[in-house]
Amino acid sequence: MPRVLIVEDDQDVRRAVQLGLRHQGHEVFAVETGEEGLEQLLPFRPDVVVLDLMLPGISGLDVCRRIRDRDQVPIIMVTARGDDIDVVVGLETGADDYVVKPVQARVLDARIRAVLRRQDASLPDGTRPRAETHGELVVDRAGLVVTHRGEPVTLAPSELRLLLTLSASPGQVFSRQQLLEAVWEHSYHGDIRLVDACVKRLRNKLGEGRNPRYVQTVRGFGYRFGTS
Amino acid sequence: MSDRMSTRTWRTARMRKAAGTRRTVPEAPTADETPAAGPGAGPRRFLRAALARIPLPLRGLRPRLLASFVLVAVASALGTGALAFREARTGVLQQSQDSVINRFRTSVDAVAPSIPLAPDRSDLQFAVDQVLYANRSSGWRIMATYGGHRAYAPSAGFVEPSPEMLRSVRDRRVAVFQRMNVDGRPRLVVGMPVTYTSGEGTEPRLSGFVMYLEVPQTTEEGYVEAMVSGIERATLVALCLAVVLALLAASGVLRPVRALRRATRRMAAGHLDVRLDVTGSDELADLSQSFNETAAELERTVRELRRLEAQGRRFVADVSHELRTPLAAMSAVTDVLDLEGEGETGEALRLISEGTNRLSGLVNDLMEISRFDAGAAELNRDEIDLAESVRRTVASRWRQEQVETRLPGPGELRARVDPRRLDVVTANLIGNALRHGEPPVRLTMGVRVDGAGMAWAVIEVTDNGPGIAEEAMLHIFERFYKASTSRARSESNGLGLAITAENVRLHGGRIRAANLPRGGAVFTVELPLHRDDTDTEADGGTR
Repeated sequence: MPRVLIVEDDQDVRRAVQLGLRHQGHEVFAVETGEEGLEQLLPFRPDVVVLDLMLPGISGLDVCRRIRDRDQVPIIMVTARGDDIDVVVGLETGADDYVVKPVQARVLDARIRAVLRRQDASLPDGTRPRAETHGELVVDRAGLVVTHRGEPVTLAPSELRLLLTLSASPGQVFSRQQLLEAVWEHSYHGDIRLVDACVKRLRNKLGEGRNPRYVQTVRGFGYRFGTS
Repeated sequence: MSDRMSTRTWRTARMRKAAGTRRTVPEAPTADETPAAGPGAGPRRFLRAALARIPLPLRGLRPRLLASFVLVAVASALGTGALAFREARTGVLQQSQDSVINRFRTSVDAVAPSIPLAPDRSDLQFAVDQVLYANRSSGWRIMATYGGHRAYAPSAGFVEPSPEMLRSVRDRRVAVFQRMNVDGRPRLVVGMPVTYTSGEGTEPRLSGFVMYLEVPQTTEEGYVEAMVSGIERATLVALCLAVVLALLAASGVLRPVRALRRATRRMAAGHLDVRLDVTGSDELADLSQSFNETAAELERTVRELRRLEAQGRRFVADVSHELRTPLAAMSAVTDVLDLEGEGETGEALRLISEGTNRLSGLVNDLMEISRFDAGAAELNRDEIDLAESVRRTVASRWRQEQVETRLPGPGELRARVDPRRLDVVTANLIGNALRHGEPPVRLTMGVRVDGAGMAWAVIEVTDNGPGIAEEAMLHIFERFYKASTSRARSESNGLGLAITAENVRLHGGRIRAANLPRGGAVFTVELPLHRDDTDTEADGGTR
């Protein structure tokens, strides 16, 4: 049973989402404020955090940032306004996915399950070696460990899944739509900003500068994993 | 009876100017300089056509004012000058003539009694010498005639009087004068017939004895010339003054006119805050004042309208936002409801669930519309295969037999669009078509190159319904407009086509609706194909 931590200030919504997700078979713990959410992170040890962006006290974005500072637990943002700037900032802060209110419990459940599958990110390919080396980057597909220049890199689930998907076929160009379907399990017409934000985060963690070595942009088409 | 000549009856007071003066001085402005008055309709049209050919800088207010001022100045200077000249010239000449003739008459009067009635040549010589002696320093030349005799003083070489003059002094009892040019020098010639009376009360009679005087008029001519050059100088000064005044007046008039023109253009460009500096109290200042008042009123009205509009939009956004929270709670629990339940409770739950879903759709659409209104709608372009996108849209929502598609092959039609928005456009059009006609709906996609060489991706969605009513055609893309309330099925909230149109416009595309001759409606969307791909990607990367 996946453990879901809900941070939502409105009481009705909080209780409704709790009810809906329990009905879908999740173990749910709901809190009202960001501070509470951060406090409950260690004791409750959720598998996924559903985080409302509009919170009294510390904002959802701050909560997201603070969670990411110490934990790579998947985070799904709930945006009340669906304001584009909030979505982009939220994604760049480290959220793995987002949904716009009002959202059906069924949809939220599907997103939660998709993001959880990302943690179990090993791709169905038995012929590959356990660990691949791409320049100074070592990707251990079985152990789901990534090291860069000998240092382990901590990656959030979507970042890891994105890296694994891209590096599975070095040199192959993936369109944003393809990546959305493969990594986020969204429809073809999902929000491509998820991809761009995640690529940005991944590049930062791999210490890539203006001319990325590993995750390269292919103008007009999408991204590919560098073969060099 | 006295047979002495008497000059008491000299009648020289009324002088007559003999013909033959050869001085030429302009006495009145010539006809060319006075403006032609009252041209007819034909010439006026011709004049306007001719004026239109003149470039604007020459047709403008400044040259017109300049020409008018100069014309008035020249006309008045010349007119005044000519009148003054004529009067002064007449005065000068007449005065000098009068004094010369009077002196001459006095001299002749003095010598006449000592001349016998039938003088011989020595008498004549005596007379001329006497007269000349009496007026030694005047540069006079004297001639006396009687019959065939002639006497001259100081010497011969007297200018020959004209025949008219000779005739006049022979036949009439008046002094005659004539102005002549001798070797380019003006001279006055006076002929003075001497009369005599036989006694008191008797008619004076001509004696046949005539004395002529020739006197140079250089001094008078000098005066006249000085006068002419004076008038010329005055005209020149007036002309310069007129030019300066005209330029001053023109700039005085033109400055506010130009400011007004600039301000009007700025206002036309949408700058309603433009105002003019009002200086002075003339008609132009009045006009500027009126302009300012109009602009202020316009600005106030527009601001008020914008405020009201913004208020309305904010209201919609606020309402949608407020609806969103309870809806979020409702949406989250609809799945918990036992929708398969039997009886009235099951029916009620299904109604609640359906209503909640529709309400969610409506609120989402309203939020989307408010984002368009607020200009906050973002276009997240990605280069995609349009045919693939449409195929996915159709496949994710409808059965294959519901939508007939004719699409380009894979990779044939790629464009930079927002995939999510293109999905909304296609899905809304197909959904709309399915609501108004029986399946299948036809969707075709192709490329059109317009006259300007722009390439457009064209998506056409055709239904086989009754078509769009004529009166609905204009409003079909308006919010909450439903072509036929009875026919529109419940799943339409009246925002679909409005959102579709906004999405197309956001892409810089066009959308239109039409009826087919054989029935059915066709919606055509045209999206520009940006082949050049000039936008830069936010993140770096290899190309």
